[in-house]
Order: sequence, then structure tokens, then C-alpha cells
Amino acid sequence: METAFTPFTSFGGGMLIGLSAVMLMLGLGRIFGATGILSGLMFFEDRTELSWRVALAVGMVLSSGLIFLVSGELPQIDIPVSPTMIVIGGVIVGLGSSFGSGCTSGHGVCGLSRLSLRSMVAVPTFMLTAAITVFIIRHVIGG
Amino acid sequence: MRLFFALLTGVVFGLGIAISGMIDPAKVLNFFDVAGTWDPSLAFVMGGAVTVTFTGYRLVWRRSAPIYAARFDLPTNTAIDARLIGGSALFGIGWGIAGFCAGAAIPALGTGRWEVALFLAAVMAGFVLRRFIDAMLQARALA
Repeated sequence: METAFTPFTSFGGGMLIGLSAVMLMLGLGRIFGATGILSGLMFFEDRTELSWRVALAVGMVLSSGLIFLVSGELPQIDIPVSPTMIVIGGVIVGLGSSFGSGCTSGHGVCGLSRLSLRSMVAVPTFMLTAAITVFIIRHVIGG
Repeated sequence: MRLFFALLTGVVFGLGIAISGMIDPAKVLNFFDVAGTWDPSLAFVMGGAVTVTFTGYRLVWRRSAPIYAARFDLPTNTAIDARLIGGSALFGIGWGIAGFCAGAAIPALGTGRWEVALFLAAVMAGFVLRRFIDAMLQARALA
């Protein structure tokens, strides 16, 4: 399925993602990693560590509602994969980002901006395996 | 105030995810499908995010501490090891299968699509599985 090339809104949206990463560093002194935030909701040591992650996650979920209030429609989502693939992919995403201590936001946005060597290894690694996976699914198996 | 600031940060992140197109798995998978229906938009998301974060972090770090915490809490691990590389490789495979990562799925939950909840539940199962594997490896090392 084709999707429209959107360089301007994508860059603008990316700047907002960057702004939120800067806000979290300014306010709480933390890296904005979605994996860490999500796993922090499950495994936490004390309540002050849980509370800001809950607030952050609630804000993330509310943003779609805000878009609905302003534009009258929810963000467009097309899910071109089966529920089975969603589950398999999800478990592997959880396993991998937990072992690798980060994902697109933590290593990708924050890690690269900190010039972290670990992130400079992690990002090309997951970009490459994602591209290989999509190639195999769409052109080798699905071909 | 601390929690309101975290909530607001989550909203800004979610808006960025939605506006940029990261929220849409069809668009994410097309970014990796160079040999097929390629959509390079997500490179612009990353460009926008890293530009703002790289600059913003350096401005924030001129302060002696964040607003609502005693100090900046940055990752100290610098090891380029099998966990980092293997975990990142796995994460990319899962991302390429499902088309979602945690950072895109949490804001997408606000659209009410059940597949998103399924994905996030699978990711959380992956976190638990990682802890289980680590516990097993540790027990084996001690035996």
C-alpha cells in the first residue's frame, strides 16, 4: 500500500518529538525513552518514579483526543498486518528493546543527540534488521 | 507542577508522533520498504527530532539541575556488548514485523484501535520474558 511522502509535516512533527525530549530533560532530567517509560509502569522502585511516567503516558494517549478536538478527526492509522503478526512483532519489540536498553525514541532521538556511542551502534543495527525483515516479509515470502 | 509538566511533555510527544506520521504503521513499514512502496518521510521525522534535541539538550545542560529534580539522570553504561547489539537487532525485527514501536503505539492507543492495545500488551509480555530469561541465565551461572 502506497503512503504519501510528507517531508514538511514529518520534519515538523519530528521537531515536536525533539521538543518533548528537551522538555523532559529540562523538567525531570531524564531521557525520553518510550521503552523505559512503558516498562517503568510495570516495574518501579518507588512511587515518585512511577507518577511522572504515568502522567507522561496519559499525556501521550490524550494527544490523539486533542487532535480530534481541534481537527474533528483522529490521526490516520492503517495497520497492514494481521493480529498474529502484531503479537509476534510486539513480543520481539519488548524483548529486544529491553535487552538493548532502548528503542527509536531512547536510542534514536535522545541517544544520538547525546552522541552516545551505544546509540550510534544500536540505531543502524535496528534500522538494518527492520529493513531486512520488511524485505523478507514483502518480497521474499510475500513476493 | 512536576506531574502537570510531565503530562504536557507527553502531549507534545504524542502530537509530534501523530503529525509526523510515525503513528501510522503503514507509513513506518513503507519507510523500510526501499525495494517496494518506499516512503522516505520518517527520515525527516528523525532529522527534525535530532536537530531540536541536539541543540535543546546543550542549552538545558547549561543549568546546574533540572527544574523538578535534584540532578540530570543520564545513562552511564558505555558497553558495546552482545546485549546491546542483539537486543537492538531483535527490536528492529519486531518493528519490521508489526510496524509499531512503543513510542508510536502509546499515542496511537488514543485512537481506540484494539490492535494497538494488543501490540502494547505483547510488548509488555516481551519485557516480562526478558526478565525471565535473565533470571534463568543467572540461575545457570550460579549452578
